[in-house]
Amino acid sequence: MPEQPGKNAIEVRGVRKVFGTGENQVAALDTVSVSIRENEFFTLLGPSGCGKTTLLRLIAGFDFPTAGEILLHGQDIAPLPPFKRPVNTVFQSYALFPHMTVAQNIGFGLEMLGKPKAEIEARVAQMLKLVKMEALKARRTSQISGGQQQRVALARALAPQPKVLLLDEPLSALDYKLRKEMQIELKRLQHETGITFIFVTHDQEEALTMSDRIAVMSAGKILQVGTPRDIYDRPAERFVADFIGETNFLQGTVVSKKTGVATVKFAGDATIAAGYPEGFDPSGEVTLVVRPEHADLVPDPAKGTIAGTLSNIVYFGTDTHYHVRLEGGQDFIVRHQNSRSSPVTYATGAKVGIQFEEDAARVLKY
Amino acid sequence: MTTATLSPIALSKAASFEAQAVKASARRNRLLSLPALIIIGIFGVLPLIIICVYSFLVAAPYGGVQWQFSTDAYLNFLFQRDIFDDTLQFTPDFLVIYLRSFLFAVVTTVICLLLGFPTAYFMATRPPAQRNWWVLLITIPFWSNLLVRTLAIMFIIRDEGLINNALLALGVIDKPITMLYTNFAIQLGLLYAFLPFMVLPLYSSLEKLDFRLVEAAYDLYATRRQVLWRVIIPLSKPGIIAGCLLVFIPALGAYVTPLILGGGIHLMIGDLIAQQFGSGRNWPLGCAQALILMAAVLVALFFYVRNTSGKVQHG
Repeated sequence: MPEQPGKNAIEVRGVRKVFGTGENQVAALDTVSVSIRENEFFTLLGPSGCGKTTLLRLIAGFDFPTAGEILLHGQDIAPLPPFKRPVNTVFQSYALFPHMTVAQNIGFGLEMLGKPKAEIEARVAQMLKLVKMEALKARRTSQISGGQQQRVALARALAPQPKVLLLDEPLSALDYKLRKEMQIELKRLQHETGITFIFVTHDQEEALTMSDRIAVMSAGKILQVGTPRDIYDRPAERFVADFIGETNFLQGTVVSKKTGVATVKFAGDATIAAGYPEGFDPSGEVTLVVRPEHADLVPDPAKGTIAGTLSNIVYFGTDTHYHVRLEGGQDFIVRHQNSRSSPVTYATGAKVGIQFEEDAARVLKY
Repeated sequence: MTTATLSPIALSKAASFEAQAVKASARRNRLLSLPALIIIGIFGVLPLIIICVYSFLVAAPYGGVQWQFSTDAYLNFLFQRDIFDDTLQFTPDFLVIYLRSFLFAVVTTVICLLLGFPTAYFMATRPPAQRNWWVLLITIPFWSNLLVRTLAIMFIIRDEGLINNALLALGVIDKPITMLYTNFAIQLGLLYAFLPFMVLPLYSSLEKLDFRLVEAAYDLYATRRQVLWRVIIPLSKPGIIAGCLLVFIPALGAYVTPLILGGGIHLMIGDLIAQQFGSGRNWPLGCAQALILMAAVLVALFFYVRNTSGKVQHG
C-alpha cells in the first residue's frame, strides 16, 4: 500500500525497546515500523506481553526507545519528555486524581499548559457536555461509577486537544454491556473531535468493530497491518488467523502455483486453488485456513469439498457449531447461522460433506 | 431466591436474629477494647489528674506538696513575687525558654521534612524487594538507646572530637570550632533523634501512592515541579501531617538531647520541668509548666490540623 507522505500523524521507524541488562535482556519491541494516518482509529492488537503497551508508552513518552525514531507530523519526538508532547493518554486504570473533582481533573492539562482561567472553564464545560457528565462535575472521582470514571478519563485526555489520543485498554475494566456502549461512544468521540486515536486492546472483537486499521502484534513484532476486513479475510500469518476469530487449520501440500494462487492437496485427495499473502512463496508443506462460517455442511459426503464424521454439535443461540472429524483425523468446525426455518437436522455420528468455495480458503506458511 | 419463599414472620425473626448478632459483636468489641481502656485510664488519665491537682497546691520545702489550694504555680510562670513588698513583677524567663523550645521544635520539624521527604520518596520508588531493607536501615538507630547515641554525637562534635581533629589534621582550621554546648549542637541532636519519625510515616504514605497518577500528570503537561506540588505532595498529605506531629510534639518536650548537647546552659522545656522536680523542689510549678506545654501543643495542633485539612479540600 503506497503511503502518502505528510499525511501521517505518527510514524514509528525501526523502533527497538530492550528492558533489563546483560543476560536478563528482553526485547519488548523488536524493530517495529508502522505509520498511523491523521484522523485514523488505529488499533494495536495482540495477546498480553506482545509489546503493544510498550509501543504506546514510547509514543506517550513514559519510556524511551533503545533504537529508532518516532515522528509526530514529521518531527522526531522520541527524546522529548511526556509533558512536551502534544499527545494524551487514557489509562487502563483511568489514573484520575483522587484529590480533585471531576471538573478539576478535566481542567488539569489546560491548567498545566497555562491557559487563561476563562478558557479552561469554557473548555471543561464543553468536555463535560461531550461525555455527558455535566451533572457530576463537582463530585470526587471516588464518588462516581467505573463507567463514569472512564468518561472523565476520556474528557481529561481530550480537553487539551492533543494531536493524538492514546488509549491503553480503556474498556477492559467495564462490564460487557457498558463496554459495548463505550465502544460506540468512543467512535462517536473520535468522529466529532477528528483526533487520531491509537487504541490498544487484546480483544479482537473490539478491534474489528471499532478500528479503521489494525496492527496485529506478537512477541514484539508487528505481523500485519490492515483494515479489519483485510486482517480477518486475508490473514498474512498463521498467528493472525488464529488470534482473530475462529479458524480451521488444515495441513496440505502445494501441487502447483501461479501468480497469487496455489493449488494445494489436503485431507486425503481433495485439492483446492487458494490465494496466499504477498511476499510468501508457497511450496511443500503449507497450512490451509478456512473460517468456520465460510464453510457449509451438506448431507451427502460425496458432494462436499471434503468429507468427515459429525462428532459434536454445539448450540450457541445465534448459531450452531458442527464439529467434523476428517478422514485424516483432523477436526473441522462449521458454523451455521440459526434461522426460524431450520432446513436439515444432523445427528452426531453421521457421515457428512463439508463444502467451501476456493476464495474461502487461504494458503499460509506451515 | 430463598428469601422470596420465607413468610413475613420468618423474615422478621431473621431480622431480630441479625440485630442480636450485631449487638453481640458490639459487646465483644467493647470487651476487646477493655484492656487498652484500663491501661489508658491508669497510666494516662490518672497521672494527668494528679498533675492537674498538684499544680494548684503549694510546694513542700523538701519536694512533694502541701495540701493547700494556691494558684501560685501559674502566677510564677510569668511573674515573680518581690521579696520585700510582695508585689508581682513580670519575668519572661520561662516564656523565653518556651519560645526557644518552640523555635527548636519548628526548625527540627521543617528540616526533618525537607530531608525526610526526598529520603522517603527514594525508598518508596525502589523495587518492592529492596524497600524493606531501606526501612530496616532507617530503624537501625532505634536498636540502641537515645542516650548512648547522643553521647556518641558529643564525641563527634566536641573540641577534640572526630570532626575537629579531622579538620585540624587536614589544615582547614588551626583551632577547633566550638560546636558542643551550643544551640547548633542541640539542633543537630534533635534532627538526628527525630528524622526517622518523619521518614517512616512519609514512606508509608508515598509507598501507597499510585505512581500511575504521576505518569498521568506528566502526560497532561505537568513539569516535574508541578507534578510534585500538584499530585505527589497533596496525595502524601496524611504522611506529612503524621510525620510533622511525630517530630514536633516530642521535639518540643525533648529532655535528653538538650541536656547533654546543650550542657545545661541552653535549657528546653523538658529540662525546665525536670528541674522543678529535682533541684528546684517545686512540684506544683513543674506540674503547671507541663500543663501549659500541653495546652500550647493542643492549640498549635488545632490550628495546624484545621489549616492542612482545609488545603486538602481545595485540592
